[in-house]
Amino acid sequence: MKFRVNGVERELEVDPEMPLLWALRDVLGLTGTKYGCGQALCGACTVHLDGQVVRSCVTPVARAEGRAVTTIEGLSAAGDHPLQRAWCELGVPQCGFCQAGQIMTAAALLATTPQPSDAEIERSLAGNLCRCGTYTRIRMAVKRAAGVAGSEP
Amino acid sequence: MSTRLVARRSFLAGLGIGVGGLGLGFFAGESHAVEPEGGPPKPPTTSSQRVESLAPGLNPNVFVHIGLDGAVTIVCQRSEMGQGIRSSLPVLIADELGADMARVKILQADGHPDYGDQNTDGSNSIRGIYEDMRRAGATPRTMLITAAARRWKVEPASCTAREHQVMHEKSGRSLGFGELVAEAALLPVPAPHEVTLRPREELRTIAGHLPLIDGPAYVTGAAIFGADIRLPGMLTAVIARPGVVGGKVVRYDASRALAVPGVRQVVELPAAEHPWAFKPLGGIAVLADTTWAAMRGRAALEITWAPGDNASHDSESYRRQLQAALAEPGTVLRKLGDADAALASAARVIEAEYYVPHLAHVSMEPPVAVARIDGERCEVWAPSQHPQSARTEVAKALEISEDNVTVHVTFLGGGFGRKSKADFISEAALLAKAAGVPVRVQWTREDDVRHDYFNTVSGQRLSAGLDAQGKLVAWRHRTAFPPISSLFKESDRPEADDLQQGVLDLALAIPNVSAEACEARAHVRVGWLRSVYNIFHAFAIGSFIDEVAHAREEDPRTTWLEVLGPPRYMTLKQLGIEELKNYGQPLEKHPVDAGRLRHVIERVTALSGWDTRKQDGKAMGLAAHRSFLSYVAVVAAVKQGPGGKLVVDEVWLVVDAGIVINTDRVRSQMEGAVIFGMSIALHSAITLKGGAVEQSNFHDYRVTRIGEAPRKIHVEIVESDRPPGGVGEPGVPPVAPAIANALFALTGKRVRELPLGRTVVV
Repeated sequence: MKFRVNGVERELEVDPEMPLLWALRDVLGLTGTKYGCGQALCGACTVHLDGQVVRSCVTPVARAEGRAVTTIEGLSAAGDHPLQRAWCELGVPQCGFCQAGQIMTAAALLATTPQPSDAEIERSLAGNLCRCGTYTRIRMAVKRAAGVAGSEP
Repeated sequence: MSTRLVARRSFLAGLGIGVGGLGLGFFAGESHAVEPEGGPPKPPTTSSQRVESLAPGLNPNVFVHIGLDGAVTIVCQRSEMGQGIRSSLPVLIADELGADMARVKILQADGHPDYGDQNTDGSNSIRGIYEDMRRAGATPRTMLITAAARRWKVEPASCTAREHQVMHEKSGRSLGFGELVAEAALLPVPAPHEVTLRPREELRTIAGHLPLIDGPAYVTGAAIFGADIRLPGMLTAVIARPGVVGGKVVRYDASRALAVPGVRQVVELPAAEHPWAFKPLGGIAVLADTTWAAMRGRAALEITWAPGDNASHDSESYRRQLQAALAEPGTVLRKLGDADAALASAARVIEAEYYVPHLAHVSMEPPVAVARIDGERCEVWAPSQHPQSARTEVAKALEISEDNVTVHVTFLGGGFGRKSKADFISEAALLAKAAGVPVRVQWTREDDVRHDYFNTVSGQRLSAGLDAQGKLVAWRHRTAFPPISSLFKESDRPEADDLQQGVLDLALAIPNVSAEACEARAHVRVGWLRSVYNIFHAFAIGSFIDEVAHAREEDPRTTWLEVLGPPRYMTLKQLGIEELKNYGQPLEKHPVDAGRLRHVIERVTALSGWDTRKQDGKAMGLAAHRSFLSYVAVVAAVKQGPGGKLVVDEVWLVVDAGIVINTDRVRSQMEGAVIFGMSIALHSAITLKGGAVEQSNFHDYRVTRIGEAPRKIHVEIVESDRPPGGVGEPGVPPVAPAIANALFALTGKRVRELPLGRTVVV
């Protein structure tokens, strides 16, 4: 099967039922996307499929056939997406493990809702767990990246 | 293969973060940059070549190396699990040295005794090695200054080191570190106690807002966690472990598993024998080309288990056993006056019983480890909080010398105490040996929830006696929980070293006090979880003081301050105990200080507007706790949301942790502690039936989600020149009682059991 990953055409011969997560991590070596639950409960594996948020741990790789996948490694060319900048400026990450998933979810939100409210941010990120508890800073950082008020610590 | 710069300098410059060596020490993500198409990935660079083996230069100890070009390498000997230690300890060393962080590279230490205690547990990194690390930086500074002073023929005391150079202010001369290294390296190395530490006001890092060094690596996916290690020829293993601790495989059939495409081998691991310690549980491992194939292979195994002695364990009946134990006197571990007699003669007795279930760590990265065997040698890569213990455990499991085991520490995707135990690392080592190829063991989330070393289950009964004037004259605290020592020996109840966590070290201005340990035997593996026994001790004590306040119809803040008494250092005699473990520190250095606990209560009530604690449909609750030698008070404001749901609206937290280095990381630890404490308060519980854990994943082991996070978490750090206390854990204990007390203030409903979600809508 063929699909595009971060702008590059890829061809894989894998079990079509293999979750996209494991195709990315184990076959393509893109380890920025994380395994956290395998049941779409935690969001650590979030990637974009044609710009839409999907939980790659429950998305069969066959669903990506002919489509475009974006992972954290491909979110920006130089690691300087406004969310990535805001995340660093506000010191959001603690252990960092869930943060790729958080950022990918937030990036899809900003693409459709450039000026999100707190409620929209919370609704969008409701499926992304952070056990370290960085939520208040995540909210601030999304707002900072969007250039809306309420992004000051 | 050399390490590679993870983050882009242009990006950093744009952020104004002046740390050039960023992330270098962690074997930068080869799997990120080089996709393994057309061949296996190269092995990652080891996390730390010992500094001695680096290029020539000044290398007075294992922590600092200065190259002939002046480039400084600093070893971070503690594990990074989100507390920001890599943004703190190496920066402190560099500060003491006088190095420019832009020219400092950080290397992550392998597990080795030469680095001193590397156990990243017990909130003990800054508090445990703060001074040693400063000396590690002061030693090369002293040598560089001596070299410069000799060249200039001036007194060393007239020279200073700053911004990567040694200066002689009187003459205006200066020499860069690189220009001095060759001469300094020929000097005798002064003993650590002989070097002079900088006066505190000279240290720029103390109480500084320091950058998060690994931030760019985290947000680009470049940071390499344990789960991300890939070795050539590596197989991934997923293991079917006994559902009941002590269970064993009777027989199994692997034929269907071996038929799954990608599955290469099925290996039986021997069952652990009691005491469980940090030994792997045993079971049947399926080894495959990919994680997915290994998971499918495991699902196809047919296994008959013998469940063993713990198969009758049931959380509901166990709870009744704890209650029965609490009804009887226990082993007295704290005694002042005669609490029983004072309770018998009190004008009024207030009594309450509290229950907190087992808790699971559920770090976002489930346990995972990679091992490679080469002859007699074993090399592992793991997200370990305690790489020296991992080295010991792997050596034991393989029956080889520790000298033949190398443990590389990756980033940890959360730890919280789980990753101090090396059972999952030994699994990888055993399987690599059995399979003859490198093996990566991946725990699924279900494995993690079911086979954790749980925070222990507890029951407590508190009794207070009031005299005719309503004054507190008696205090009795009975606590029953299977202690962690049950991992290593036969145990029927907690001991004094367990009750030090919040029971023995509680300052009480009450004449008759008793603390008793009651019977509780372990039927699961219990272990440290972020703040450990303090979680339930603080919940019971914090709730009970609030109950006393309500019974006396007074402001809980008044009751707290009366119970604690006037500011004073508590002697052992005043505490009513013979000794106090005190988190491994002498009382002279870290006294039990009633004044500091009072102070954080006074500050948090001032900040939160406590005097108007019930208005606009909101109500506040207060709790405070000393743990890991730090003092934290919390006020939580709650309200009722749609459907009567309990909403934690706003939280104030004041922490006195003595000297702090990186204020922003301390602040982030406190914010995280509030969210972690909310999970404990509202949602989380592990229960057992038939000896097996009933929960399996985040749908039934719930933790806080973003929509529940308070609108605002206000953190105040008390400015202090006291020796550093802990930071990672002390924020957690007061959170749950503050919320439970706020719930009572709002609704009049007193809930004495966690999680509150068992009783009210959350």
